[in-house]
Amino acid sequence: MPEKITYQPVSTAWLFKMAWRDSRKNQSRLLLFISSIVLGIAALVAVYSFKDNLQRDIDQQAKELTGADLVIQSRRPVSANMESKLATMGDERAQERSFASMIYFIDNEGSRLVQIKALNGAYPFYGTMESSPTTAAKTFQNGRNALVDKTLMLQFNAKPGDSIKIGDLTFAIAGILIKAPGQTGISATIAPTVYIPLKYLEETGLTKIGSRITYSFYYRYKNADSLNAVIKKLEPQLEKEGLDIDTVESKKAETGRSFRDMSRFMALSGFIALLLGCIGVGSAIHVYIQEKLAAIATLRCLGLKAKDAFLIYLIQIMVIGSIGALLGAILGTLVQFLLPIVLKDFLPITVTMQISWIAILQGIALGLVISVLFALPSLLGVRKISPLNAIRASFENVAAKRDPLKWLVYALMVIFVLGFTYLQMKSLVQTIAFTSGIFIAFLLLVAFSKLLMFVVRKLMPASLSYLWRQGFANLYRPNNQTLMLTVAIGLSTTFICTLFFVQGILMNRVTLSASENQPNMLLFDIQTTQKEDLANLTTSYKLPLMNQVPIITMRIEEINGKKIGKDSTQTRAFRGELRATYQDTLTVAEKVVAGVWTGKASANAPIYVSLDERYAKSINVKLKDKIVFNVQGMLIPTVVGSLREVNWSRMQTNFRVVFPTGVLETAPQFHVLMTKVPSNEISAKFQGAVVRAFPNVSVIDLALILQLLDEILHKIGFVIRFMAGFSMVTGWIVLLSAVWTSKNQRIRESILLRTLGASRKQILAINAIEHFFLGALATAAGLMLALAGSWLLARFSFESNFSPPLVPILLLFVGVVVLVVITGLWSTRKILNHPPLKILRTEG
Amino acid sequence: METILEIKQVSKTYHNANNTLTVLDQIDLSITKGETLAITGPSGSGKTTLLGLCAGLDSASSGTVALSGITLNELNEDERAAVRNQYVGFIFQNFQLLPTLTALENVMVPLELRGAKNSKTIALGLLEKVGLGSRSHHYPIQLSGGEQQRVSLARAFSNQPAILFADEPTGNLDAETSERIIKLLFDLNKDAGTTLVIVTHDNELAARTNRIVKIKGGSIIADERLIHA
Repeated sequence: MPEKITYQPVSTAWLFKMAWRDSRKNQSRLLLFISSIVLGIAALVAVYSFKDNLQRDIDQQAKELTGADLVIQSRRPVSANMESKLATMGDERAQERSFASMIYFIDNEGSRLVQIKALNGAYPFYGTMESSPTTAAKTFQNGRNALVDKTLMLQFNAKPGDSIKIGDLTFAIAGILIKAPGQTGISATIAPTVYIPLKYLEETGLTKIGSRITYSFYYRYKNADSLNAVIKKLEPQLEKEGLDIDTVESKKAETGRSFRDMSRFMALSGFIALLLGCIGVGSAIHVYIQEKLAAIATLRCLGLKAKDAFLIYLIQIMVIGSIGALLGAILGTLVQFLLPIVLKDFLPITVTMQISWIAILQGIALGLVISVLFALPSLLGVRKISPLNAIRASFENVAAKRDPLKWLVYALMVIFVLGFTYLQMKSLVQTIAFTSGIFIAFLLLVAFSKLLMFVVRKLMPASLSYLWRQGFANLYRPNNQTLMLTVAIGLSTTFICTLFFVQGILMNRVTLSASENQPNMLLFDIQTTQKEDLANLTTSYKLPLMNQVPIITMRIEEINGKKIGKDSTQTRAFRGELRATYQDTLTVAEKVVAGVWTGKASANAPIYVSLDERYAKSINVKLKDKIVFNVQGMLIPTVVGSLREVNWSRMQTNFRVVFPTGVLETAPQFHVLMTKVPSNEISAKFQGAVVRAFPNVSVIDLALILQLLDEILHKIGFVIRFMAGFSMVTGWIVLLSAVWTSKNQRIRESILLRTLGASRKQILAINAIEHFFLGALATAAGLMLALAGSWLLARFSFESNFSPPLVPILLLFVGVVVLVVITGLWSTRKILNHPPLKILRTEG
Repeated sequence: METILEIKQVSKTYHNANNTLTVLDQIDLSITKGETLAITGPSGSGKTTLLGLCAGLDSASSGTVALSGITLNELNEDERAAVRNQYVGFIFQNFQLLPTLTALENVMVPLELRGAKNSKTIALGLLEKVGLGSRSHHYPIQLSGGEQQRVSLARAFSNQPAILFADEPTGNLDAETSERIIKLLFDLNKDAGTTLVIVTHDNELAARTNRIVKIKGGSIIADERLIHA
């Protein structure tokens, strides 16, 4: 009679007990594996916490961002009718006119383009304008005084009491401007601000036609309901006159939006570190499970079910993953306190950091999910380990390779990466581009490491000395770490180098624009009456007149008979002002790609204008479309006669709209002059002379642009490096973990070699050769990917040349390789310092 | 006498891209309860494969294996695991103690798997029996080869198996230790009345059983019954 099989399901408690027992001797090792995800989680928790805190502070400090309950802005003078309305609104009001202009420091004869803000009234109504001395912000409007941005004061070594010249007037510096509402470090770098009282603006002579002035009206409302009523009533009229409305709510949304983009970038950087760590975890768990094969097979012999064996290791990973995620969350919570320092130049408000429990929970959940997900392909293999392995060490489990669940897990991984990226990017195209980029880099590195192993195996010359042969052979021996290390080292190198190269490309692009015979100085806001005298001044400094172009400010009134609001697809066309020119021939930066260029308008024929093809596309205009331009009140009907491809990267004036000659000559206009100055010294002298003789003329020189770009990139670069640092350190932890993973195998081999008579030096040499080639080739692969990626970006995105900086590349290469070799040799330390038998017994 | 293991027309073949390798070819074997049996033969003759099939560690390509009346071929891997836990004990050539578990915990595992309440007491008693009561909290790495095999013996008997499979139990031990282990194995077996199946190269060890099955080239070439005085 057959006996009955009694199924005794094991309890969950026993599974936990076995998971604990089994991990007991491997906990430090498991913790090292899982530490690969700690930094990725830390980065994400820090970013999420920072985002939470920032959003809260934006909500709380939104009024201080605008400094008022309502801000109305216009880029052109408001009508008299509207002005009278604006003058009666609000419980408190202030006015400001802002524009770019030169200032001249009289004491040290320095000059620079700045943002002038002419203010009238007790703005800001919320928050404070910080100055030194403190009272200066409140008292500067009492006389002919100015508040000058601290970066300018530092640059020109000025102090309160010194004099500056703005236009035709001289102002005394009442104090140093430290912070104004909504101002950030980066905005102060790009356009340092100088406040003057509005009542003196006319006298400066800078408000003549041609100056691009923004008119701002600030209001305070004691009653929020009356504010809403006013907005509702005024909105159609303001829109009709092209005025913009800014409220606390709209500013809050706008600031939130701009920081959301930054948070997304930072979260993605953290995610790359996390992915890198996960690849490390996945690979380390694979080796760990391989080493557990005999134990699992024995347990299966003793009657443990496949599912229960799987659960024992799943519990281990979940517990260790939770610990890793928790450590990451703690570290991230600490790191978040550094972020306001890292981002200080970009923040318009004071961020008060508090612990964000939601961010911590998100981080822990993410860490747990991702560590389990990446460990699952190896863990699923546990189900397929045959008990036969207990009696046959060489037994191979073929079924494991055909496990459909593994493919499901791989699919889940892809979905997870896509899903997480989408949550950050909120754009399907960007998500697919980012994920594809990562996968392509990953696949290329995998292919490279496979090729490396194949080449070394097939082409290694037999004539090489034993040490070299053994070192190379380590790259492709069973359970080698070549693939994992190539991916980890390669991906982090690619990431860091690409960021570095892109920074270089941007700098090069500006530097190169001044090469050869290109102009490097631009003078604008030149009145027609000043054109001749300024040209004479320029030639008196032996500087060439490279480009003198008239500029006319205009708006689009109608397109094919339709005005604003009639056709939503062309709304953009009617927004803001256009600066156009007229010329009889095309410049070298222009090429007609459609239609026929008309250089001279004929009587009794339509006026054929030429549009930049990209601009035409953006406003949905085609060849032969009819456009009516409003030039300072005069309506000029035109026909789109041609479309031009414009090389915007050249240092010269380019225009979206070009008129033929014979139309705009009498319209109010200002001029631009371009020249090339041979040195900084002549540039400073020439600028000083221009500002003294033509105070309304503004000067931009390439040196200033380069300096600004350098400062901005330096500030952005710091944030990028800070975030990339997480990936770099993660890459190193993955390397450490991989070296540790293969330690047991190395110890056995090295002990065998020592037993056979190998010296310390020989064992060190074998390990050094292996890690040197691994590090060198993986870093080279990463560098090549970064170079290829940067070249593609330079060629197709920045339309610029890319010449890789050799010295930094070399330094980075040597640095990474040395780190890999040192880490690799560290693992052999124990073998060299202890007798073989002792190590064999302790390592088991 | 009651049959505990019945093998009928069992074959085991392995396939790869080009070849089919027959390791066992139509084996018939019947083992009665309480019997001690040695499977001997040269390396590669199929001894270990046969042991694997008998113990439900693998499934036959053809033929049937019935253990305690349960046809193993009809069971899936988890059902065979339950059979192993309920009816089978194992002793391995390389001991196969779980390295992260103490001696005591190693012995407790089969008992815990079947949900025994007093697993610790039973395991301690067995360790005492094999002379390792004082080493119960030592890890395998802290024990000598002979001691490890004694723990393995205690573990094998812990779930009071109906049949015990020993794969070269003295293969990794010196002569003196081997002798002690063999004595212990047979003593424990006698006390428990377990059916014992040993795979071995060792003729002396084989001679201590009451039946020797000789295998060569995947087929049984001799089945001798021994009578001990």
